[in-house]
Amino acid sequence: MFDIWREIFQNVTKNKLRSILTGVTVAFSILLFTLLFGVVNGFKNSFMKNFKDDASNAIFIHVGSTSKAYKGFQSGRRIRFENKDYNYIKKQFGDDIEFITGRVFRGEQISYKGNKDRYSIRAVHPDHKFLEVTVMQTGRYITNLDLKKRAKNIVIGRLVEKDLFEGRSALGKQLNLGGINFKVVGVFSDDGGEREERTVYMPITTAQGIYGNNQYIDQFVLSSRKSMSVDEAIAFGKKIENILKARFNIAPNDQSALRMQNMSETNKEVNSFFTILTVFVFVIAFGTLIAGIIGVSNIMVYIVKERTKELGIRKALGAPPSHIISMVLYESVFLTMISGYIGLLLGGLILDWSSELLEDYGILNPSVETSQVVGATLILVVSGAVAGFLPARRAARIKPVVALRAD
Amino acid sequence: MQNKPRDNIFMIKIEQLHKSYPIGKESLHVLKGINLEVKEGEFVSIMGSSGSGKSTMLNIIGLLDDHDKGKYTLDGELIQSMDEVKGAKLRNKFLGFVFQSFNLIAYKNAWENVALPLYYKGVGRKERKIKAMEYLDKVGLKPWANHLPNELSGGQKQRVAIARALVTEPKVILADEPTGALDSETSDSVMKLLRGINDEGMTIVVITHEHDIAELTDRIVLLKDGQILSDEHTSTYNNKIKK
Repeated sequence: MFDIWREIFQNVTKNKLRSILTGVTVAFSILLFTLLFGVVNGFKNSFMKNFKDDASNAIFIHVGSTSKAYKGFQSGRRIRFENKDYNYIKKQFGDDIEFITGRVFRGEQISYKGNKDRYSIRAVHPDHKFLEVTVMQTGRYITNLDLKKRAKNIVIGRLVEKDLFEGRSALGKQLNLGGINFKVVGVFSDDGGEREERTVYMPITTAQGIYGNNQYIDQFVLSSRKSMSVDEAIAFGKKIENILKARFNIAPNDQSALRMQNMSETNKEVNSFFTILTVFVFVIAFGTLIAGIIGVSNIMVYIVKERTKELGIRKALGAPPSHIISMVLYESVFLTMISGYIGLLLGGLILDWSSELLEDYGILNPSVETSQVVGATLILVVSGAVAGFLPARRAARIKPVVALRAD
Repeated sequence: MQNKPRDNIFMIKIEQLHKSYPIGKESLHVLKGINLEVKEGEFVSIMGSSGSGKSTMLNIIGLLDDHDKGKYTLDGELIQSMDEVKGAKLRNKFLGFVFQSFNLIAYKNAWENVALPLYYKGVGRKERKIKAMEYLDKVGLKPWANHLPNELSGGQKQRVAIARALVTEPKVILADEPTGALDSETSDSVMKLLRGINDEGMTIVVITHEHDIAELTDRIVLLKDGQILSDEHTSTYNNKIKK
């Protein structure tokens, strides 16, 4: 086994021109394949990043003022959620809801010793952590106990800590929020970007008590049960919308009083868009590979033709047909794999170098998935084998006399 | 030294051999009932002008081509239409080839060329090299072991080819116009080398169209139009010519 590879290595290195010809063809087609898929993947990455911030099955419910008169109510009536609505939704849809939280929005000046800045504040329920995909760095998140006690505890973003504490830990420190002292019980990070990491979370009951002594909730965020299909999740969103509209006496076609934002719906659209894009790119990339394969086939036919005499000599000296076939076959596969790998490496390097430049054009972290690379390599190896096999078998069938006569 | 022709042991035995080649719709009858016996240790030349059928005969004897009719026995083994695998095996075991155009592999150096038949015999690489060097030494080319064929003269190339033919220790050496591409001085030295090998007991069959070369063998088989015209010891043949 080792001997045959030695033979092939000698064939390849001693016949540089034809090896390089084959290699360049394969390397180039793999290079194109890598670049094409890399750029599309990068495009996909940057698109997906915008949705990564929140849970993919999240449903946002906003309220505003009615735009249509309905059931005796004038248009322009302001709709507001309260704690009782939170309990109502939980009671009505409990089994179908994975997480649910209310949100109250504020903006406050926050100071620690000499440092101060304005930050946005979200007062939430504990489930918010999962809906927003908040990652705790130190400490803990808001708990039900905080809500019960209306505790003056806050969880601050990584960048808030960085701004105000200048590299020191904020955990356990007292922060001044518009004149009231709060204790930092946790620091978090978020994939959603700088804006998210400059946010401060507090218990929703605390905010309701301090900022107006009411039960108002600005917004609901909830997620549907994980086992729901995308279509079920979309239907679930519609169901909530209908029931809430009835509860608040909102006209079914009123777009401004109650607005639903269902991530499942958005994801469905984005996914179908990328499916089409991927199929399209796959067709093009496959065409590129086919071109490479045909190139390899051509060269292998030429190689066998050129070597007819040599193969004849080998046969006269006792080479069995199987040896002739495997020699040509292995060489084809060997060349295809090596040069395919070079093309891949080259493609990877180019993507790497250009990734900063491409980021300006909305292509984020362009790269090829391992499965795509493995697939392409497999196709190349198989095609190298097919490309080599037919000419090799023909060569093995030629009678030694005929082969020896060739020049 | 081994005794020359051992009686009753036929290395090559051919009876009523026929071979035709199709040419378009016609068929060209090249060998028309050949009978030939070569004993072990003989040094025979098959002589004839071009078209006499001598190359076809060499190809059949060399298992490079199969025959249509007749019987061919090589070292006691009856050769029938065989598959390629068996043919390759028998060639490797029984036969050593020396060609007019040397047929060395251009990108392999001298010792690698000599070692190639051993590779097909399944001999390990280390032993292959030792053997190849041994036989290169025998033909006086040990210092050239690492040279590529295009760095060697015609005579040297043919010596490498002879070493390659010998390396598997075959039963018969088949030489097809071994001096056809060489000048007369080099031809003589190549023939002397073959003579020396024959002296050690090797059976050698030379195909040639040159009287001068045929005369350097022990027996001349004259072939014309696919039939054997004469088959005599060289001295008898020479006497006839002189008459």
